[in-house]
Amino acid sequence: MDALMLDGNAVAGLLQEVFETEMTTATGTCAFCGSSMQLGAVHVFRSAGVVLRCPTCGNVLAKIVKREAEACVDLTGLRALA
Amino acid sequence: MSFVSRGFRGRRQPDADSARVPPGQYVTTDYPVLSAGPTPHTSLDVWDFSITGEVDQEKGWTWAEFQALPSEEVTVDIHCVTKWSKLDTHWRGVSIDTLLAGVGTAAEHVIQYGDGGYTTNTPLEDVTGGKAWIVYEYDGEPLPAEHGGPARMLLPHLYFWKSAKWIRGLRLQKEDEPGFWETNGYNNYGDPWKEQRYWGD
Amino acid sequence: MEGTALLGRLNWQLADVLDVTPETDRVKTLVLDVPGWPGHRAGQHVDVRLTAEDGYQAERSYSIASAPNGKHLELTVECLDDGEVSPYLTDELHAGDKLELRGPVGGYFVWEPPVGGPVLLVGGGSGVVPLMAIIRERAATDSDVDMRLLLSSRTWDDVIYREELERLKGGGLTVTHTLTRAHPEGWSGYARRIDGEMLAEVGPGPGDRPHVYVCGPTPLVEAVATALVALGHEPSRIKTERFGPTGG
Repeated sequence: MDALMLDGNAVAGLLQEVFETEMTTATGTCAFCGSSMQLGAVHVFRSAGVVLRCPTCGNVLAKIVKREAEACVDLTGLRALA
Repeated sequence: MSFVSRGFRGRRQPDADSARVPPGQYVTTDYPVLSAGPTPHTSLDVWDFSITGEVDQEKGWTWAEFQALPSEEVTVDIHCVTKWSKLDTHWRGVSIDTLLAGVGTAAEHVIQYGDGGYTTNTPLEDVTGGKAWIVYEYDGEPLPAEHGGPARMLLPHLYFWKSAKWIRGLRLQKEDEPGFWETNGYNNYGDPWKEQRYWGD
Repeated sequence: MEGTALLGRLNWQLADVLDVTPETDRVKTLVLDVPGWPGHRAGQHVDVRLTAEDGYQAERSYSIASAPNGKHLELTVECLDDGEVSPYLTDELHAGDKLELRGPVGGYFVWEPPVGGPVLLVGGGSGVVPLMAIIRERAATDSDVDMRLLLSSRTWDDVIYREELERLKGGGLTVTHTLTRAHPEGWSGYARRIDGEMLAEVGPGPGDRPHVYVCGPTPLVEAVATALVALGHEPSRIKTERFGPTGG
């Protein structure tokens, strides 16, 4: 257990701000282990930016860095996002 | 002027010496915990620290060997890119100069890597000359895991994401290699006094 | 799936604070009027942002307590001793103030009648807030779905929405309390942390494939989710909302 970890739903506002649509019910597929899950169920860590990790294998699905008017998003850990 | 919440102050130290606070930062008295992943819990009997890469001889220490190295107490201010600064933080650790003593290298860059997969990059000259330490005590106590223990980098003149938690080694390289956050929007150098938070700053 | 307010741009809005009403010693409900509020779904939350005079900002998320058809938007907030935002909301904010927020967000942790049942709601402390929105939605839509709340609180006086839960019980809604720190004399209910045995006694069995919503402090959520899976419940039917520390 890690006290710092939140569920993907906790960053629903950030995700909607960045993608301009509701994302917690979008389904992501982990590029490392292939498991699929709704983004609301991923593991979220707050660091210098926000890190989304696969709840099955722990690998990084996405990184989000939000600036004033733009965001830098790395989705390379997601093989698919629907 | 944008909206102000009547009566809200936040948990900040109001009378901090402004000369010590970089632009855009706020001084905190607590110690926020931020992490890119779950807290690793590396046991001291497997922990080791290595100097690798473009060096004439690689070096490594077990925990016992590391503890036997000359260490020093340092008190520094730290600045997190998420806007909090903490003044007069007390640490004990080994200077990078001590770790690199006698190591011949033509490298110009150093990559810090740690348990959990985090990496961050700096010019080699930013970790030498008394500017950085591998620290294992905070406020006189063993560094807690949530703050990077058993040991972390302490590199106070740059934003604190440049001080890797749970550090296990330094890899010296001729080429730069942007790390975990540098590849995703954060500034490659990270000088808080020039407010170099993001790409292009 | 109808998105209503879910899709599109998310903007910060200024809500009018109409009232701040006590629920328990440490918990208050903020009654807000949000101009142009698009409506929400039970279980969603809002992000709240406070700005100090020098520009310093702090942001936190709070679950919406009111049912979607409620007259006003209600947020129920527990004052945390070492909190930065919650003490401001519970002790400083008053009627006439404004509060900056954005939402509603979080379509993941939502229940509405088409989802059906049976439903198991498991909460700890202020984790009951989004679960209460769900219970209020069930009442407002006259649903008779089998819905069971298992709520862990420190003491009887700490139980949020205690009277309302008593009133709403019945017609398919059951409410079970467990008190972990102290209980009233003559208490015959549970008096320990939620565990697998309690979940098996209170909740629908895995064969009924209940929709499960677990909300509260991280250790409780982890323990409950683990216990439910051990009992045979499908992980994909268990939705969790951890109220962890905010960091930064």
